[in-house]
Amino acid sequence: MSKNPEFVKFDKVDKSYDGKVLVVKDLQLDIAEGEFITMLGPSGSGKTTCLMMLAGFETPTHGEILLDGNIISNIPPHKRGIGMVFQNYALFPHMTVYENLAFPLRVRKVEKSEIDKKVDKALSMVSLNGFESRMPAQLSGGQQQRVAVARALVFDPAVVLMDEPLGALDKNLRESMQYEIKHIHESIGVTVVYVTHDQSEALTMSNRIAVFNDGKVQQLSDPAELYEKPVNSFVAEFIGENNTFNGEVVDIDKDKCKVKLANSEILANPISVKSKGEKTTVSLRPERALINPSDKMDNMFTGKIEEVIYHGDHTRVRLNLLGSSEFILKVPNSTSNLELKVSQDINIGWNSTDARALDPK
Amino acid sequence: MSSETKQILTTDGIPLEVSLKKAEKKNKIKAFLLVAPLLLFLIITYVFPIGEMFSRSIDDKMITNMLPKTFKEMEKWDGKELPPEDVFKAFYYDFKLLVEKQEHGKLGQRLNKEKNGFNSITKKLFRQVKRNKIDEGISIKEQIMKVHKRWRNVEYWQAIKRTAPPYTLAKYLKGMDMYYGADGSIAQVDEDRRIHRILWLRTLEIAFFVTLFCFLMGYPIAHLLATLPMKYSNLLMICVLLPFWTSLLVRTASWMILLQQQGVVNDFFVMIGLVADDSRPEMMYNKVGTYVAMTQILLPFMVLPLYSVMKTISPSLMRAGKSLGGTPFVAFWKVYFPLTIPGIGAGCLLVFILAIGYYITPALVGGASGTLISNQIAFHMKQTLDWSFASAMGLMLLTGVLVIYWIYNKLVGVDNIKLG
Repeated sequence: MSKNPEFVKFDKVDKSYDGKVLVVKDLQLDIAEGEFITMLGPSGSGKTTCLMMLAGFETPTHGEILLDGNIISNIPPHKRGIGMVFQNYALFPHMTVYENLAFPLRVRKVEKSEIDKKVDKALSMVSLNGFESRMPAQLSGGQQQRVAVARALVFDPAVVLMDEPLGALDKNLRESMQYEIKHIHESIGVTVVYVTHDQSEALTMSNRIAVFNDGKVQQLSDPAELYEKPVNSFVAEFIGENNTFNGEVVDIDKDKCKVKLANSEILANPISVKSKGEKTTVSLRPERALINPSDKMDNMFTGKIEEVIYHGDHTRVRLNLLGSSEFILKVPNSTSNLELKVSQDINIGWNSTDARALDPK
Repeated sequence: MSSETKQILTTDGIPLEVSLKKAEKKNKIKAFLLVAPLLLFLIITYVFPIGEMFSRSIDDKMITNMLPKTFKEMEKWDGKELPPEDVFKAFYYDFKLLVEKQEHGKLGQRLNKEKNGFNSITKKLFRQVKRNKIDEGISIKEQIMKVHKRWRNVEYWQAIKRTAPPYTLAKYLKGMDMYYGADGSIAQVDEDRRIHRILWLRTLEIAFFVTLFCFLMGYPIAHLLATLPMKYSNLLMICVLLPFWTSLLVRTASWMILLQQQGVVNDFFVMIGLVADDSRPEMMYNKVGTYVAMTQILLPFMVLPLYSVMKTISPSLMRAGKSLGGTPFVAFWKVYFPLTIPGIGAGCLLVFILAIGYYITPALVGGASGTLISNQIAFHMKQTLDWSFASAMGLMLLTGVLVIYWIYNKLVGVDNIKLG
């Protein structure tokens, strides 16, 4: 059976709540069967609205949503067969774990023995066997989260939606749950649409990430490409850290351009600039700039250390470089570590291919 | 293991437990002093009056104090035939003392309640005693029996004997349309005179239906209040509370204006042709009026606890129910409704208990068929001045409420009630 690359399809979807502002603008998004796709974006960027439209709790103002080729805009939520994990888990507090998991099966009139089997399977998937008779209030946050995930999967839905499911957990638990959800996805191959505003969560878990801002998908690509090759300065800013330089293109050829800053010039990789005279924001990942580079790099400058912050596995160094005192450098922690002192001058270099000239901020 | 049994000491060698008690003693005293005024207030305004009510409702000491010698002698009497000379003698001396104190009239009235006909024969006896016609030298039994033939009737002496105990439950029996018969057994009053039992049942019936109507009307309102956006829900909340801020009397009076035969509602019915002008239905001075007015007045007591519970139910639970495949009705019935039970419990209990003791509204719009037991209590307090009977009925009402609360606790569990 070949996988349907357009299993879930948003076709020119607009959404407005008040008739004045569009929260989702002309959304075009295809989600393949079995894919783990994350909608990432700051709050108010329209990602949760998209999820709610897919679940059926909101109706698109314009456009259609298709599930496996069928238009679902007019199907009520309970007939869509889409599992959903809510931000606050939304476990039914008056039902035991077993009853919570059996709920979707009971409303589908599944036989008792079949229910027992499926509940057992779902619980073992989240390693919560033996918790059947507990009430949700007797579980820890992480356990409640797992029950919520199991409940969304127990009736074998084609798509599972997760709305910032790990937001309420502490850091360590969040990380282990990220792996757990990822492994569950890999083992049963369900299509997952995941919403989060946590970029590291998105990078860890997804096959593809759709970065939302201002009601639009800014970039849709796999995690590595998203980080390495952001297509605009919003994505570059939102995913990971970056150093930016605002300037104007003074010279451009196929894979290199010269950008004039306030009082110097740097070489960069032209991504969204086409011609001379355009304003641009150059983005450079902190780890791509090296101290005292040994091989020949086409950008070499000297900066003054303003601040050194020890982070354990790496040290962050804030430099005054090219007229900006916000240049960040990440120095990995190694035995051959350099002596880094405040107000020391150091040589910095980077390749122009890593400095991406994007749209101006 | 050993750490459990071993006493833990603080740094200065005092056992930890002792030290802790000492440290917390001051706080405990402070806490007690803070609640002391309230405790005192409760004792003065609640415990004491109820105790007083109780003692008044069973008190029968007046006659015991009037005839001390008689009752003493009567202890030896088997109560089957006419009492012996000693009893008559003791009664005569007791009575003589009462005549001197001019309290014989009270005795007559009290005994008359026990058995009709006592009033006239005590008056007769009083005239004989007043004129010193009774010769203490010869048999007093013979002389008293000559005063009136009823003094020769053993039933009257049995009636006196029955009043001997200083406490009686007669008022409670009367509240249930029962009384002590001639032989001391409990008997029912005649069927056409059983008014109290009808009133009790009617009170329960009206309280039950008012609670039901309040629930049926309050549930959707509370749901709307809890789910509407703030700016609308505030307005609706004021609409719910506005009648609350209006005087009870004014609200009842406005219902009288609406419901009377020439009232607004009837005019409307006639206007739309529902009823003919000459056969306007009576909606006041009967049960209908009581139902309508009490439901409206008690509605906020249902809405507020429901609202406070519904406000805490996350809307994502209903969404979860629907996304898991439940139809809107199933999601409501299996998820939302069970979570509102604490509010339903609180609201129903509140409305039912308030309704069961309701007074002003049924008194004004209830008429003859819409009055409740509280109106009867008020009647005995203000009209007949039989305070002990009013106290007895008041306590019966209180006990009834406590019993309902107990049953309720067994069924729903008081822990499940949420008042807000």
